[in-house]
Amino acid sequence: MWRIGTVVALQDETATARTIKLEVPDWPGHVAGQHVDVRLTASDGYSAVRSYSIASAPNPERRVELTVDRLPGGEVSPYLTQEIAVGDHLELRGPIGGWFVWRTQQTEPIQLVAGGSGIVPLMAMIRSRASAGSTAPFRLLYSVREPAVVWYRNELQALSDFDRSVSITYAYTRVAPKDWPRPAGRIDVNLIANTTWPSTRVPTCYVCGPTSFVESAASLLSAAGNSPHKIRTERFGPTGDRK
Amino acid sequence: MSSHTDDYLDGNAAAGELSKIFAVDITTGEGQCAHCGATGRFAEAHLYMQSPGIVARCSACEHVLLRLVNVREQVFLDVRGMTYLSFDTSQQ
Repeated sequence: MWRIGTVVALQDETATARTIKLEVPDWPGHVAGQHVDVRLTASDGYSAVRSYSIASAPNPERRVELTVDRLPGGEVSPYLTQEIAVGDHLELRGPIGGWFVWRTQQTEPIQLVAGGSGIVPLMAMIRSRASAGSTAPFRLLYSVREPAVVWYRNELQALSDFDRSVSITYAYTRVAPKDWPRPAGRIDVNLIANTTWPSTRVPTCYVCGPTSFVESAASLLSAAGNSPHKIRTERFGPTGDRK
Repeated sequence: MSSHTDDYLDGNAAAGELSKIFAVDITTGEGQCAHCGATGRFAEAHLYMQSPGIVARCSACEHVLLRLVNVREQVFLDVRGMTYLSFDTSQQ
């Protein structure tokens, strides 16, 4: 079933990423981590469907926020990041998916691991934790290419300053800020050992990012002693235009 | 590792397409691979979306669990790769 959302605000996150805030009158509510399918239909009837994670926390206002990264040559993301305007309508199907979700009743330690735009559903979880007043301890390990492409930086900073139970570690893969304690590089055994929950705390882990990132991060978490049953993953591929 | 790696998603990415057919979200369900007997959440299957439809493969042995193909207004669904699928209806 397709629903119609109306764009109520747009916000640039980085040079290529934009958050689209939608009001969806018949939105049934969602759980942090879920996604929607977005359908764009051209005047000749051709249509393209892409999945995007929901960035916003569940809320009673029937607001749904998506953050979309522009992929060069993409069919859908250039429109969503450059052309769409406040007042435009967008067709949505969802909320979708009941597995890669964090529910406010969960009280165990949570380990979030994001690769690039994989931060979106994890941001929804962090926002959901804050809006629900949850005290579940959260850790986020956020791997990004360089400082300029960090999404939600100020909000993440504010949330972790406000509540020490949310701790954030950035891992820069190409370019690290000056004086950064760790040279630029991919997530590795040491980083997992030093910044994620020890497996003895039995955290539930959520890993989201490109397929190769998720593969390696999930293996490292598993090698660090986390049970595969406690590691939930959401991959997105280059063809999917996802997130 | 099989030759299928690198280009798959997780079974949960199929939830939208499957919602056209099933009244409940089957990606949260637990299924058993008819080939190797492994059990797991459908959300954890390896999902290939590059084909004309959707193919879900067992994350343990890579055998096909489910195929879903849309041909114009017809949907073809093949689930013979699973011996069962069970799910909790309380969270739907």
